[in-house]
Parts: sequence; structure tokens; C-alpha cells
Amino acid sequence: MIATDLLGIEDLERSDIEQILEAAAHMQEIGDRPVKKVPTLRGRTIVNLFFEPSTRTRTSFEIAGKRLSADVVNFSTSSSSLSKAESILDTARTLDAMQPDAVVVRHRVAGVPKRIADVLDAPVINAGDGAHEHPTQALLDLLTVWQEKGRIDGLTVTIIGDIVHSRVARSNIYGFLKMGAEVRVAGPPTMLPVGVQALGVKAFTSMREALDGADVVMALRIQLERLSGSLFPSIREYAETFGISRRTLRYAKDDAIVMHPGPVNRGVELSHDLADHRPSVILDQVRNGVALRMAVLYLLAGRERVAGRTE
Amino acid sequence: MSRLLIRGGRVLDPASDRDAAGDVLIEDGVIVAVDADIDTRGAEVLDAEGVWIAPGFVDLHTHLREPGQEYKEDIASGGRAAVAGGFTSVACMANTQPVNDDPSVTDFILDRARTDSPARVHPVAAATKGLAGEVMTEMVALVEAGAVAFSDDGKTIMDSGVMRRVLQYSRLVERPVITHAEDRTLVGDGVMNEGPVSTRLGLPGNPAVAETVHVARDIMLAEITGAHLHVAHVSTAGAVELVRAARERGVHVTAEVTPHHLVLTDEATSGYDTNTKMAPPLRSADDVRACRQGVADGTLDAIATDHAPHALHEKEVEFTEAPPGVIGFETALAVVLDLVREGELAPLELIRRLTTDPARILSLTAGTLSVGAPADVVVVDPERRWTYDPSKGYSKSRNSPWNGQELVGRVVASVVGGRMVYHVDRGVLVQ
Repeated sequence: MIATDLLGIEDLERSDIEQILEAAAHMQEIGDRPVKKVPTLRGRTIVNLFFEPSTRTRTSFEIAGKRLSADVVNFSTSSSSLSKAESILDTARTLDAMQPDAVVVRHRVAGVPKRIADVLDAPVINAGDGAHEHPTQALLDLLTVWQEKGRIDGLTVTIIGDIVHSRVARSNIYGFLKMGAEVRVAGPPTMLPVGVQALGVKAFTSMREALDGADVVMALRIQLERLSGSLFPSIREYAETFGISRRTLRYAKDDAIVMHPGPVNRGVELSHDLADHRPSVILDQVRNGVALRMAVLYLLAGRERVAGRTE
Repeated sequence: MSRLLIRGGRVLDPASDRDAAGDVLIEDGVIVAVDADIDTRGAEVLDAEGVWIAPGFVDLHTHLREPGQEYKEDIASGGRAAVAGGFTSVACMANTQPVNDDPSVTDFILDRARTDSPARVHPVAAATKGLAGEVMTEMVALVEAGAVAFSDDGKTIMDSGVMRRVLQYSRLVERPVITHAEDRTLVGDGVMNEGPVSTRLGLPGNPAVAETVHVARDIMLAEITGAHLHVAHVSTAGAVELVRAARERGVHVTAEVTPHHLVLTDEATSGYDTNTKMAPPLRSADDVRACRQGVADGTLDAIATDHAPHALHEKEVEFTEAPPGVIGFETALAVVLDLVREGELAPLELIRRLTTDPARILSLTAGTLSVGAPADVVVVDPERRWTYDPSKGYSKSRNSPWNGQELVGRVVASVVGGRMVYHVDRGVLVQ
């Protein structure tokens, strides 16, 4: 049984991940029904606490909560303590007093969900914190690969892009390693973090080597504002050197699948033709995201609570 | 005539290399005798049986926040916290509001210290006006007013031409220029040491090379100008090595290290506690080892707290937004005693780094038990166990990484100018 909060994949055991993926597989069928709703979380309150603009993840969590009949409240607020002169912990204490059953937190700074979880009674689900973790993204990626390939053990997964600034990369590194895959990261040297090997991955700057024999090719979104931080010289050079196209995909296994956490910069991380069709599974990832988040909400917000404490 | 006899301790006086059992007799604010079995008649007696008697500690890097940020600390509260930690002389940095870049501000700090602080206070003036890194301050007038050194501290002077002129001009007053050596362009948005831990936590990294590049620059500028450069809070193995090599070829460079950089690594940030955010950041285990070695061989002359109070609400924010720094007066001794316990430093050498060496850097007549010297004395129990609760301390702020932890080693009493200003059982003894 997973712990009180879902703050990161780093904290999970393999058995926790398997439990979540199995629960998610059961949830998938609900989305195919004409009436997409079950009463599982009726009367429960889920707060989406988003300190950073997000449409996709917030909507996915909102739909997931509503399909379980929870009352979902979106609490969007400005991005930092300084700009609104209220500390994040005060925001958390205020929220806690409203007695939510789960709080989904997104913040541009690493560690904020953890700090909030330290003061909050309700379970906290990290929906992405800075360059730290985005656990539900990794879990939905694992679900997608598991269902595509029938296994995760023994696969080779290559993650390409700005690893330094990517929470998706970190969560996926932990997740795929715990599930028995080999994980590689690739990108220009400026985008490979210091000491990344300590996470248990191999780092590459050559796409040919990084993709050699890969079963899963995962491209990360390039934040175009990083241009000003001198991480790469131009979109053109990045796309030429690290973009995934049918040409570069030849280095990978014939049946390799292409993933992307979205939104895609078409023609940069992925060529146009790859973004829309197999071997790309990008829309499967999005679809699985709802089921996966239903599973997480069910496992965390669905517990019986006694005297304000989650048992 | 007032007489105070501190009796029966292990007297540790680095100035005379004394490490022997004895008593210290003080008359009218001055040390008059250090010897075995001094006659106690007519004297108030402070029993130091089984514990250490040492010169009062000298802290050459603190932030007392007055004038301007009295909600964090003021000269009264900072001075009380200082003597509770054994620091009888403290140098305070210039980043007050207004900045201490003018003799009137130096005068204000000294006036306030005379009335409010049980510890002696020595202002460090800004090296450039408004800490802007452009126009140097009136060093002659500031020294006349009582400034003991010059520094823009955390507002590192990035313009090498300005730094060269500041060092050159400081020859006029023969006072050290203190550098907070971090190349801001390499620090970037970094908030913790760049390395495997920052990668795991997803926090922006501040690389060790940001410090070493800047220490190298400032040493070269000190070398061509002949000025006294003092490197604040060294945190990297590379900087220790640069200072050591410069010293060997005769450059006038001294250096300090903080207690936290001697015992904590970047792993301490794993829970995102903003009380582990410092500038420079907590570094790797290799860097900690090199800093401890630097203290042991004297490359790092002084242990300085960089006592940096911040209010609770200022630290209860995102890690990236929190102001860097921790309070340090009341925990410093217990923390650095770790080097003695681990056998890396003899007690006399540890006391030297807390007294004689920092006093020499600032040309203070402090840090010694010599007969005739002002009677600034501490009594230290190196074995005493206690649990640190910053809310019960004397600082107005609580930002400490040792909050709630059991520490070993505590100041029993502090004497300033012959007057006992702190005793562990009675607290600070001034109005």
C-alpha cells in the first residue's frame, strides 16, 4: 500500500508502482462507458492547488476526480510567496482548515509539495514541482509502456532533451529503473545534469549511441525560453542534432515506440509525421493519464479518515 | 576595585601557547594574573573546575541587522546571542539599511553597541557606496569612525577593475578587504551546491567553480596590490587549495570558515528545509573534508559564524525564494567541537581559530589572556549535553539547521571587560 502522500517515484517501492498500475488498468474501462462516472469518491473533496499555469495536467486531474464523483475544486494562485506576500505554508494551513480529502499540488519550485505535505493532514499528490518530480506523468508513461510492450522488465528506455530542467525525466528515470528497465538519457552536454549517472542511468550526447537498441524513445519538451540561458544555440541546431524523426528512429529497435509528455513543439523535439501516428503513442499517454490519476485519487483520497488523520 | 577569579579550569590561551590547569584573576576589567592556585581573598569566584577557560571568542563575520531590519535582529539581541555563544567581540557586516558606507552609520552602530550590546561590536564598512560595486567608500573617514575592515559581502564586487582599486586604496588604511567570493554569473539561479544531490532534488545548482574562480581572481588582485585580502566563508576544496598556495608564495591572504561548512553537506537539503540554504551553499563531503583539513593546518585562520538572522515568515517560502543564511552564535562552539572530538584539532588550536587568529586579522586587542589585556574570557564545558531550541535563544530569529537537536559542548560563562555578562544558569546578565 502506498504511503500517505504521492510526492515522487523515488519514494515508491516496485510493489507500490505495480499496485497503482493495476488499479489504473481497472479504471480505464470507465472512460469507455457512455456514462463515465462511478460513485467511489462521492462526498470527498479534492483540491487542485496549482501555483503554476497548467491546462493539461489540471484538466486530467479534474476529469479523474469527477469520474469518481468527488467534488473537485480548482485553487489557482500566483506563482510565488513573494508576489503575494503569503508564505506557502500559510496557504497550506488555510487549505487544511477547509478539510479537503486530497490536495493536488503543482509548483514551479522543487520541494513545495513536500513542504506542504509536512503541514497538511490530507494526502498530497505532487502534480509537478520544479525540476524535481512529476510522479503521475511517470506512472502514466509506465502504464502506457506496460500495455504496449506487455512488460517493462528488460526494456531499454531512452529519454532525450533538457534533462537538467525536467521533472518528467527524473520521475521516469526512477520509475523505469524500479520496474527493471535500462534507462539512458541524451542531449547536449549543457542539458545533462551534473552527477546524473548517480541516478543509475547512462548519459549520451550521440543520438546513434543513445538510441541503439532502444524499445522506448521519449522526447522531452524543449522550453524555448532556455535559449536565453545559453543551454543551446538555436532551435534549428537542436532539431537537427537531437530531434526525433524517422531518420534518427532507425537507430532504435524496429518496434520502438515514441513518447512525449506534451505539449509537443512540432518540428523541434519531434518531426511532424511522428507526432501524429504510430510509432508515437502520445494520445494513449493522455488517455491513460486520466485512468492513472483516477487510480491515485482512489488509493489516496478514498481511505477512511478518523479524527482528521488518514488511517 | 572589582576582582573576579575564575578558578580551577584548564586554561587555553593560544597567544601564550598555554594549555595547563590554572586560575585567571581579573581586576578592574583587566587580566592581572594567570597562574595555578591564585589567592582568592576579596574576589568574586567563578568556579571552572573541570572545564576550559579561554579568551572570549572573536567572530569576524556577523549580521546584526541594525539599523533597518530590527525585526530580524538588533544590536541588543545580537549582542546577547553573541555572549551566550561565547563571542565577546563581533564584527558586523555593512548590509544594513541604510548601508554602513558612511561614518554616520558607523557612529550609530557603535553608539548603539555601547548602550545595548554586552558584546564588543566592530563594524565592517562597505567597500563600495551602497554595496553597488562601483564607487569606493571613504575608507579613511570610516576607519577613523571605527570601521575595522571593508566588505560588500554578499553583493560580491564583480567588476575586477573596481576590486583592484578597492584593494589598492585599502593600503592607505591597512585594513583587510573581505571578499564573499562567488562569481554571480556562474552562480546563476543556483540555490544549492551543484552536484548529484541538486540533480536528485531538482533544485538549481550553484557550482563550486563559482567560488574558486572568484577566489583565484581576488588572490591575483591582492598579489599585485599588496593588500590584505580576507576570504569569507570558504566552502570548497578548490578555494582552500588556492588560499594555501597563495599564502606559501607570500600573498597577504587570510580566510575564514563557518561552523556549518565544517560539518554539514548538501545532503542536509534533502528535506527542502530552507534553514539549510546558505550562501555559499553547503557543499560535498570532499569539500567539508578539505575545509576541516584547512582549519587543522591553519590555512583557514578563523572560524566565523556568518550569523545571518531571518524571520520565520521569510524562511517559510519556496526554497528558491528563501533568503540564504542561518543564525550561528549559540551553536557555533558545540558544532566546531566536533573537530576536537574527531581528533583533527587540539583544543588549543580550536580556541586559536576562535580567538587569536580572527583578532589578528582585524587588528583587535582581543582574543588573549595576556596580563594587561582587556578581560574578555569564556568558560566552556566541552562535554555538556543540551538540546538547542532557537525559540529559547537570544537571537530574534530561529533560522538554524540545528533546531531541536542535541548538541555537546556549551558556554558556561562569558566575561567582557571583567564583567560577567552571561552565565548558563542565569542567562544574559545585563539590563
